[in-house]
Amino acid sequence: MIRTWQLTKAFGEHTVLRDINLEIRQGEVLCVIGPSGSGKSTLLRCLNGLESATTGEVELDGERLDTHAPGINAMRAKLGMVFQHFNLFPHLTVLQNLTLAPRQVLGLDEATADQRAYKLLEKVGLLDKAHARPENLSGGQKQRVAIARALAMEPEAMLFDEPTSALDPELVGEVLAVMEDLGREGMTMVVVTHEMGFARRVGTRVLFMDQGRILEEGTPEQLFDDPRHPRTQAFLGQIL
Amino acid sequence: MMDSHYIQVLPFLFRGLGWTLLITFSGLAVGFWLGAAAGLARVSPPGVLRGAAAVYVEVIRGTPILAQILFVYYGLSDLLGINMPNWLAAILAIAINAGAYIAEIVRGAVQSIDPGQREAGRSLGLSARQTMRHVIWPQALRRMIPPLGNQFIISLKDTSLFSVIAVGEIIYHTRQYYSNTFAPFEALTMACVFYLMITIPSSLYLRRVEQRMEGK
Ligand SMILES: Nc1ncnc2c1ncn2[C@@H]1O[C@H](COP(=O)(O)OP(=O)(O)OP(=O)(O)O)[C@@H](O)[C@H]1O
Ligand SMILES: [Mg+2]
Repeated sequence: MIRTWQLTKAFGEHTVLRDINLEIRQGEVLCVIGPSGSGKSTLLRCLNGLESATTGEVELDGERLDTHAPGINAMRAKLGMVFQHFNLFPHLTVLQNLTLAPRQVLGLDEATADQRAYKLLEKVGLLDKAHARPENLSGGQKQRVAIARALAMEPEAMLFDEPTSALDPELVGEVLAVMEDLGREGMTMVVVTHEMGFARRVGTRVLFMDQGRILEEGTPEQLFDDPRHPRTQAFLGQIL
Repeated sequence: MMDSHYIQVLPFLFRGLGWTLLITFSGLAVGFWLGAAAGLARVSPPGVLRGAAAVYVEVIRGTPILAQILFVYYGLSDLLGINMPNWLAAILAIAINAGAYIAEIVRGAVQSIDPGQREAGRSLGLSARQTMRHVIWPQALRRMIPPLGNQFIISLKDTSLFSVIAVGEIIYHTRQYYSNTFAPFEALTMACVFYLMITIPSSLYLRRVEQRMEGK
């Protein structure tokens, strides 16, 4: 459902993604690993059009993503995105964070949007925080709200950019648990993460990126237990 | 005591105070919209609007307000071939002048919002406009409150210049009073007291607001 074809991204002289060819099928949980600066975030941002491709193409459900076309907002709404630093809207309550886009973009009325939001808050275990402000939540709670906010648009796939790396270690588990549930329900996900446990339990495929290229890919078992490329081996040796 | 100039000047000052406040508030009300439009234009993608906003801000910030006042009152009237009432020229001059400074306040506040906010908005499918309106602007507006309060104090003091086009604000009446009574010291002292009665509480209040915002 998401495809890239010879995707290249450069910031000025600096090429960050080189010739990325990727096909993500419905229900897949694709984990992306790689050293800092290898282009993982940029890849996710190209997938939902937050960055435009320098050359090559990104396709969503067979439709070409064009960041300048009027249809871009509707296409973005098909992909939920979860950020490392949550990026909750601090001037809104948790509930309002969840209902803003459904009301503005999908045109839901207040009652319907609220109902949807309450259901999602229940799912992520934060029903009692509906009227709290983001500033009064822990990091783990914030990230769960951010996931619920993205889900409120009923996206076809979810993109996660290091969703647990800004969290205190004891809060990582609660966020991963929500993501695991999602994976089991068949949500298509692309997850930039260094949580090997998560990748092994939920991941259907792992990509290793280095210097803007996909160097190696395979099942979690293949990639973690028997990496082929020396750079993958070196990287895994460092983080384990 | 009752025949002291300090007391006798009061009715004149009150008459002036009305005009001073009227011009400040109406000028700033118009100036805020002007400034918001110009400030938003300055953070929009490059184009004619953004260029025009930059020229406006630089021209106003680079010229003295007295020149701007005379320009609006005499220059504009002459150009348009109309007889602009002096109070209207005063309101326009404050609006145009404060608008340029408010544009910079708006631009600074909008640019100070974490880029992650815009990304979160766009990733949810909100358009650039919707993101500005529902995500960026409400947060930026809060940050504008202290500098806007500061601009209020500046514009309030700037209205004193309108005595040169005979608008009946505080300084105009003060000058009227002392040219008849030859008591400029008493009259001007009381005029300054009038300004301070507004500016000091305003800045105290502003500092409180600022502290409350920092405390959060
Ligand atoms: N807007 C930008 N302008 C210029 N350079 C950028 C921009 N965004 C990213 N880069 C550069 O692109 C490269 C890849 O960045 P990216 O954030 O995609 O890496 P990453 O793999 O996500 O790294 P990390 O693990 O640190 O998050 C980096 O060298 C970064 O400096
Ligand atoms: Mg990154």
